[in-house]
Amino acid sequence: MAEMHQIRLQIGPAAFRIASAWRQPLDQLAALYRDYPGPSDHMVDFTVRLEPDKPWRRYIRPSVHIGGDFWLPDAAPLPLAQGLLAAEMGMNLQMALGWRRHLLLHASSVEKDGRALIMTGLSGSGKSTLSAMLAQKGWRFMGDEFALLDLDTGDIAPFPRLISLKNQAIRAMQTVAPADRFGPEMTDTPKGDIRHLVPPKAAIDRMGEPARPALLLFPRFGHDPELRDMGQAEIFVRLTQASTNYVALGEAGFRALTRFVDQVPTRAMDYQSIEQAEELIERLWSRSP
Amino acid sequence: MIRDAHILVRALREPASVERLDGGQWSELISIARAESLIGSLAHRLADVPVPDRMRAVLQDAIGAHDLARQQALWEADCARRALAGYPGKIVLMKGTAYVAADLAAGVGRSIGDLDIMVARDALPIVESALLDAGWEWVKPDPYDDRYYRDHMHELPPLIHRDRDRMIDVHHTILPLTAGPRPDAQAILDSAIALGNGLYVMAPADMLLHSIAHLFADGDLAGGLRNLWDINLLLRHFSEADEEFWTELDVRAKTHGLGREKERALRLAARLYDTPVYRFSAGQTEFADYLYIRRLLARDGYGRETRKLIRFAFYVRSHWLRMPPLMLARHLWTKWRKGGKPVG
Repeated sequence: MAEMHQIRLQIGPAAFRIASAWRQPLDQLAALYRDYPGPSDHMVDFTVRLEPDKPWRRYIRPSVHIGGDFWLPDAAPLPLAQGLLAAEMGMNLQMALGWRRHLLLHASSVEKDGRALIMTGLSGSGKSTLSAMLAQKGWRFMGDEFALLDLDTGDIAPFPRLISLKNQAIRAMQTVAPADRFGPEMTDTPKGDIRHLVPPKAAIDRMGEPARPALLLFPRFGHDPELRDMGQAEIFVRLTQASTNYVALGEAGFRALTRFVDQVPTRAMDYQSIEQAEELIERLWSRSP
Repeated sequence: MIRDAHILVRALREPASVERLDGGQWSELISIARAESLIGSLAHRLADVPVPDRMRAVLQDAIGAHDLARQQALWEADCARRALAGYPGKIVLMKGTAYVAADLAAGVGRSIGDLDIMVARDALPIVESALLDAGWEWVKPDPYDDRYYRDHMHELPPLIHRDRDRMIDVHHTILPLTAGPRPDAQAILDSAIALGNGLYVMAPADMLLHSIAHLFADGDLAGGLRNLWDINLLLRHFSEADEEFWTELDVRAKTHGLGREKERALRLAARLYDTPVYRFSAGQTEFADYLYIRRLLARDGYGRETRKLIRFAFYVRSHWLRMPPLMLARHLWTKWRKGGKPVG
C-alpha cells in the first residue's frame, strides 16, 4: 500500500497523529500549528487518516475521505483544496467519539483571572466568533469547539485548536487579528466559507492550565439584546444535547453535568452585534462571584 | 511503519512484549487494536505490565467504554427477556452477550454490537410478533431481502428498537441454510444451559463451535482476529474446567458437520495466540492456513486494511460458502439490478 505522510500534534490534553496520502494538508497544518509543542515520545491518543475516496481520487479531482481510529460510516469526502478542514474535522471526530477523560461540551471557552466563561449554542449562535473576539481583548482563549469538563474537579481544560471562522466572521476577525495568523481561505465548504485563525500565543503556551467555570452563556445572534434566566432543567437538557459523550460516560457524565448545572451561573444572551455582546458579557462578568 | 497486525497479536499473547515498544509503535498498536475491535481486550490484557502514562490513559478509556458496552448489552438482553416473557421455549444468548452474561473471560473488554439470540425455528412467528409488539421494527423493509432472509438465512431480517436504537438478530440455527454444513439446531437448544434469570447460553462445545462456524464457515474473516481471540479464550477456559472437553468438542463438531472448521480454528489459535490445543483434534497443517493468517493480519500501522487481493478472495469465498453457484448468480443479479452492494 502507498506510504502516507504524517504529522503529530498536541492540543490541550490530547495528542493526534494525522496521516495523509497528500503532503499539502500536512504542510498547512505544520505551518498553522508551528507554535504548538509536539507530543512527547511520539505517543498519540488518536490517529486521523486522510485518504483518497477511491484509489484514482489520489490524482484525478483528488477527494479526501476522513477516516481514523474513530469514524462515521456516512462522512462525505471533501476536495483536496479543503484538506486542512478535513484534518480538523477528523480531529474533532476522534474527540467526539473517543475521548472519555472529560465530559465534552460543544462550546467555546475563554478565561480571565483563573475563571472560565463558557458559551454554547447551535451552529450560527456566534460562540466561536465571540471567543475569538474576546481573545483579542484581554481574555485567554481556551477553545472554540469543545469545552472539556473535568469529571473529578469540575474545572474546564483548554482545547485551543485553530479557531474555525465562518463566512462574515472572517472579515470581522481580519480587522483585529494579525494577518500572519490566518490559514488559507476555503470557499464553498459544506459549512460555507471557512478560514482558520491561530489562537494567540498565550492561549497556546498555557494550554495545560485549566480554569474554574464561572459563567455559562447561551448566545443567540440576531435578536434584540437581552439577558434571560433559564431553568435548571432546561440548562441540563440543552447541555446533554450539546455534549458528544454524555451518554458514553454513563454515571460519571451525569454526576459531572449535574454538579456543573448546580454551580455555574447561566444566562441566555440575545445580541445583534459583537459590541453589544461584549457589553453584556462585561456587565455580567463584573457582577459574577 | 508496521506492515501487518502481528504487533497486536504479540501484545495479546505476551503482554510483556509491549515494554520494548517505542512511542511510534505504541500509536500504531493502538490504531490496529481499535480497527480490529480488540482495544478493550488489549487494555485488560495489559493491566499488569508497565505502560507509559499516555498509553495507560488510552487503555483506561477503552476499559471504561467497554464497561458501559457490557452494561448496555446485559440491559438489552433483559429487555428482550421481558418482551418474550410469554414465550415458553428457551431463549439462548449468543456471541458477546452470552460471554458477558455467563461471565466468561472472552466477555472481558469485548466490544458488543447487536443482541443475538437463538430460538426454535417453529417459534419464530411468536417471537417475531412479540418483539414487534414491544417496540422493535424492521431495518430492511425490502421485499426481496425479507424473503431472502426467511427462505435462506439462519436468522430473521434484523430488527431495531425504535426508542433504544439497538438491533436484535433472532437466529434459529448457527449457519445460513444455504451453507454446506447443517448444524443440529435442536441439539444446541436441548443442551443449552440456564443462566438463572430465565435466559440461556449454549453448552461449552456448542458455544465454541458457533464462534468457529461464524469465523470459518460464514463471512469474509472481517473482524477475524477478534473472533479468533474469543476462540482462544473459550478453548483455554473450557479445556481447563473439564478434561473431557476435547472429546466433547470432537463429538459435537461431528454432530454439526464442523469438523474441518474446528481443526482449522484450533491450528490458527495455537499458531497466533499460543492456545494449548489437543494435537489430535487439530488435524494436519494445510497450505490454506497460511492464506488465512495472511488475511487475518492484513492491517497496517495506520489502521488501514491491506492486502486487497487476498481480502477480496475471502470476500468471494464467503459468498461461495453461503450459496450454490446458480443461486449466487441469481442473488447477485437481483442485487445488482437494485443498485445495491452485492451482500447477502
